[in-house]
Amino acid sequence: MSDYNFAYLDEQTKRMIRRAILKGLAIPGYQVPFASREMPMPYGWGTGGVQVSAATLTPEDTLKVIDQGADDTTNAVSIRKFFEKTAGVATTEETAQASVIQTRHRIPEEDLREDQILVYQVPIPEPLRFLEPSEIETRKMHSLEEYGLMHVKLYEDIAKHGAIATSYAYPVKIEGRYVMDPSPIPKFDNPKMEMAAIQLFGAGREQRIYALPPYCQVVSLDFEDYPFEASKADHACDMCGATNSYLDEVIMDDAGNRMFVCSDTDYCASRRKAGHLGAQAAAASAALKETAA
Amino acid sequence: MTPLLKVENISKFYGRRIGCKDVNFDLYPGEVMGIVGESGSGKSTLLNCLAGHLDPDTGEVLFEMRDGALRDTVTMSEPERRMLSRTDWAFVHQHARDGLRMNVSAGGNVGERLMAVGARHYGNIREEAVDWLGRVEISETRVDDRPTQFSGGMQQRLQIARNLVTGPRLVFMDEPTGGLDVSVQARLLDLLRGLVREMGLSAIIVTHDLAVVRLLADRLMVMKDGYVVETGLTDQVLDDPQHAYTQLLVSSVLQV
Repeated sequence: MSDYNFAYLDEQTKRMIRRAILKGLAIPGYQVPFASREMPMPYGWGTGGVQVSAATLTPEDTLKVIDQGADDTTNAVSIRKFFEKTAGVATTEETAQASVIQTRHRIPEEDLREDQILVYQVPIPEPLRFLEPSEIETRKMHSLEEYGLMHVKLYEDIAKHGAIATSYAYPVKIEGRYVMDPSPIPKFDNPKMEMAAIQLFGAGREQRIYALPPYCQVVSLDFEDYPFEASKADHACDMCGATNSYLDEVIMDDAGNRMFVCSDTDYCASRRKAGHLGAQAAAASAALKETAA
Repeated sequence: MTPLLKVENISKFYGRRIGCKDVNFDLYPGEVMGIVGESGSGKSTLLNCLAGHLDPDTGEVLFEMRDGALRDTVTMSEPERRMLSRTDWAFVHQHARDGLRMNVSAGGNVGERLMAVGARHYGNIREEAVDWLGRVEISETRVDDRPTQFSGGMQQRLQIARNLVTGPRLVFMDEPTGGLDVSVQARLLDLLRGLVREMGLSAIIVTHDLAVVRLLADRLMVMKDGYVVETGLTDQVLDDPQHAYTQLLVSSVLQV
């Protein structure tokens, strides 16, 4: 065991954060202020999510960390190592094995269960921020349910682009009350937010925590004549052939070749293990067999 | 006829200095009231007290709600007052940039009040916005331009459109022609006069420009040092001023 207190933060701090989490769960979508601590990582790297995870973890938990859906990117690897070192908890890359999942910008493709907790890293928790710079005013707007301004943003989108061009951090209304920023997840993930797992959101720099209890009603804002659409690249995964997962577009060379792959690496890997093959993966294995023969 | 707005003993103090003191008047539906006076006479303080931007120290501002009952807007809860100020009330600021969202297109600016009261159909909102831009003489081709690309006069007209789109019954105007050159002022006044008559608006206009009240106002209130020194029909007050200060004010206007 290391010389750190369990999960890095001291017990008083964890208690303070747990109180904020409980309050957040009691008022879904409401931004609870909390005394965010300095963490041994820069702001913007998930200081809020890490603090929420630290307050949530128990020694029996299994942690999974993803960044843009991937388990093997810098941010995910460092945060996973951080908790391996400071909490000594088990870690995993498999969604089904994890009890706590910290995420940046994605929701795993696999449906989450009631015994799981999803922790989001949030850069800017205030959905009204870019329209109303004053924090006093935005808080008043939340308390009085004055959300007309949110639609002004969507109106501007349609006026400028002919469609609602907001493709990530798409504003949602929780249980008919609070308008909430779902953190920069693609709008493809918005419908998944009505899930069985508890969802916790931590914004370290902005010092806000908010939360969604299981099966909370989450409605993406839209216009009657421009309804919300959960969009993704119109393609199948080139690695595993999945047609229902969110895809990353990867530029392969200067000749304009590209491939689409699942952004959720665990989902893609488990599908390939089960024998599913995408177009490019099939072509590659055929070529491999040919050279072997 | 019952008054639309009944102002009773409104006073506002800034510490020991007087903002405005013991102001009383009634405003009837379709009537335009002008408030004139020099800088620092308490005109804007009074207007802000009436519009709910400032808390008056004493007095009542009774407004006739849609159900016909008079309600005191000073003691009414904040959500109710804010609801009033985006439906039945409108406030035209002296500087258009105080009343507009400068980083939102003209159409979005006009549509904001509609969306604030629950409009959720893009096509209808846009149609209404274009209609209102037309009524304030802004071309439909400018609907997606931002106010920063508009001239001062256009910004002021846009602000008026944005305020009138929800069909308010009472409009507060704080120096609506301030900072505009005379020919633009004349067009704006012409437009305002047309809209006020056409929509049957009641309005309270604060200005130091006597020509503005001569054109727009039915009744006039002259303020000095926070007190109302003279009230009456506009022509009566301007053509036959009784109070020494009003006489000074009227005689100070340059006759061209």
